[in-house]
Amino acid sequence: MSIKLAQGGRPDELEMRTCYCNTLMELAARDDRIVVLDADLMKSMGMMPFKLKYPDRAFDVGVQEANMIGVAAGLSATGKVPFAHSFGPFATRRCFDQVFLSAAYARLNVRIVGSDPGITAAYNGGTHMPFEDLGIMRNVPGITIIEPTDAAMLKDIVIQTADLYGVFYIRLLRRNAVRIYEDGSRFEIGKAVPLRDGTDATVFAMGYLVNESLRAADMLAEDGISLRVVNMFTLKPIDKEMIIKCAEETGAIVTAENHSIINGLGSAVAEVLSEHCPVPLRRVGVRDMFGEVGPVDYLAKRFGLTAEDVARNVREAIELKAQRKR
Amino acid sequence: MDISAQKIKELKAFAIKIRIETIKETADLGFGHLGGAMSVVELLAVLYGEVMKIDPKNPDWPDRDWLICSKGHAGPAVYAALALKGYFPLEELSTLNKPGTNLPSHCDRNKTPGIDMTTGSLGQGASLAVGVALGHRLDKRDNYTYLILGDGELQEGQVWEAAMLAAHHGLDRLIAFVDYNKQQLDGYVRDINDPGDISGKFESFGWNAYKADGRDVADILDRIKSAKLAKGKPSVIVLDTIKGQGCTFAEGKLDNHHMTISREQAEEALAVLYKELEEVTGQ
Ligand SMILES: Cc1ncc(C[n+]2csc(CCOP(=O)(O)OP(=O)(O)O)c2C)c(N)n1
Repeated sequence: MSIKLAQGGRPDELEMRTCYCNTLMELAARDDRIVVLDADLMKSMGMMPFKLKYPDRAFDVGVQEANMIGVAAGLSATGKVPFAHSFGPFATRRCFDQVFLSAAYARLNVRIVGSDPGITAAYNGGTHMPFEDLGIMRNVPGITIIEPTDAAMLKDIVIQTADLYGVFYIRLLRRNAVRIYEDGSRFEIGKAVPLRDGTDATVFAMGYLVNESLRAADMLAEDGISLRVVNMFTLKPIDKEMIIKCAEETGAIVTAENHSIINGLGSAVAEVLSEHCPVPLRRVGVRDMFGEVGPVDYLAKRFGLTAEDVARNVREAIELKAQRKR
Repeated sequence: MDISAQKIKELKAFAIKIRIETIKETADLGFGHLGGAMSVVELLAVLYGEVMKIDPKNPDWPDRDWLICSKGHAGPAVYAALALKGYFPLEELSTLNKPGTNLPSHCDRNKTPGIDMTTGSLGQGASLAVGVALGHRLDKRDNYTYLILGDGELQEGQVWEAAMLAAHHGLDRLIAFVDYNKQQLDGYVRDINDPGDISGKFESFGWNAYKADGRDVADILDRIKSAKLAKGKPSVIVLDTIKGQGCTFAEGKLDNHHMTISREQAEEALAVLYKELEEVTGQ
């Protein structure tokens, strides 16, 4: 791991999908095992440059996600390294048995990319707004689940997974993420990354909530509260050691995810805490609800996914910690 | 029964009005799934303007005909038809996709009066329609279930599972339409994953298959009438359409699935349509 933090917390000029496409083209140039699949969302994913450059290695199967995953698994059985994309709900819910059996149970080698995480599905509305994709995929034995936070991390992760074996779920924002890391940063899959030190509580955040959590830390600092922020970009395998360490050192934990609190990051952290180091826990995330249509900032408020929500939960967790000591 | 020239005129005018309202509601937001909404407008005019047994004041009337728009992203066109029929006030159309709206980008039976089924994950409306048609038959009702499929949507295996089962059960009160606009999101259907002879495929699955000019309300109406005469099998009508049809800045464009829409574009398209409306109604 070698990580440099970017300054400023500004939206990146580079869209995540452009970075994804560029990285795959780089990989494909030196590794002819790389193939990509899509289910009629290749344009949406910004993958046309790849398709133009490598027409024989880009399979746009049309609107048929289950078939796509099966085909990807079949390709991998012949030594290819497939990256298969659809919108998050259709890359998980719509083809789960193919993911589970054709890919994972058969011990094949497939990278599944689900785009528009949670509220970032915005104007596509509830049918396209995955609050459950992580939860569904977490049930697959041996799967690796990653939500890259920005383009620097995305590039590194895509390159790394190309040389690994197994089933991967990469949860991907298509548009511009807030830049957290400098280009060239290297990450270790399964190892959470501390972003800001703090002593009163720790927030474990993923994806959209990473920057919101950094903003929450700023807000809390004004009141003299010291919040540690850790980027849990790998949901599975979860970084148990980091969770236990932060629980011991700060005594209060908050999780923050653009996803249901059921079976996502909140659940994964709760499982580790309750078995190893029970301390007060608060979970920021969607509370057993379906998505709906609207702009992202409206949806963030509607589903309680703002910096203010993180800050409030941190205060509650710290209060619970204090109560226990009394 | 002969279709009077007057009726055809009315249906043409209704289609233009649906088109106008659909463009207005999406332009209000500045973007939307315009291409696939435009190509079903004539069909919606025929269904809501003549064919379907409905009561806009009583959207849940048990004996009504049902419409399941499986290509749920065409919702904005269906909403326009519903509003024009009086299911809800026309002004509500401007809430499309806005916070708290009852008109989300994909059809939602729990939100919009007159929307019979929730769709948006392509392929699923086909099975839902088979279930609804079976249910009506169990209840000994004689109402019809209409199903709208996209041509790209036909790539979903679920459509063909539903087709097989519908024929097996001889669901002759199920009438499906394929919006054969030849395009899907990424380009031309034949370039991406070609379904080939669509009516031939349905026939081999045990359906009656018809073709109609999807831009011609009279032809669509005619075919639906033939479909109703056929007994013992479900029917499909493959509608020859153009993605974006009737909308100056969308028709015939390659990237017209989801478009941004400028005020000028909208005004230009609407001006053409108001003129057409004048010509049709003679006013
Ligand atoms: C299961 C599923 N996969 C993908 C999508 C995203 N999507 C929405 S519309 C569309 C293209 C549909 O093409 P077609 O059925 O031909 O519709 P039309 O061209 O008439 O709009 C896609 C891929 C979806 N809504 N559902």
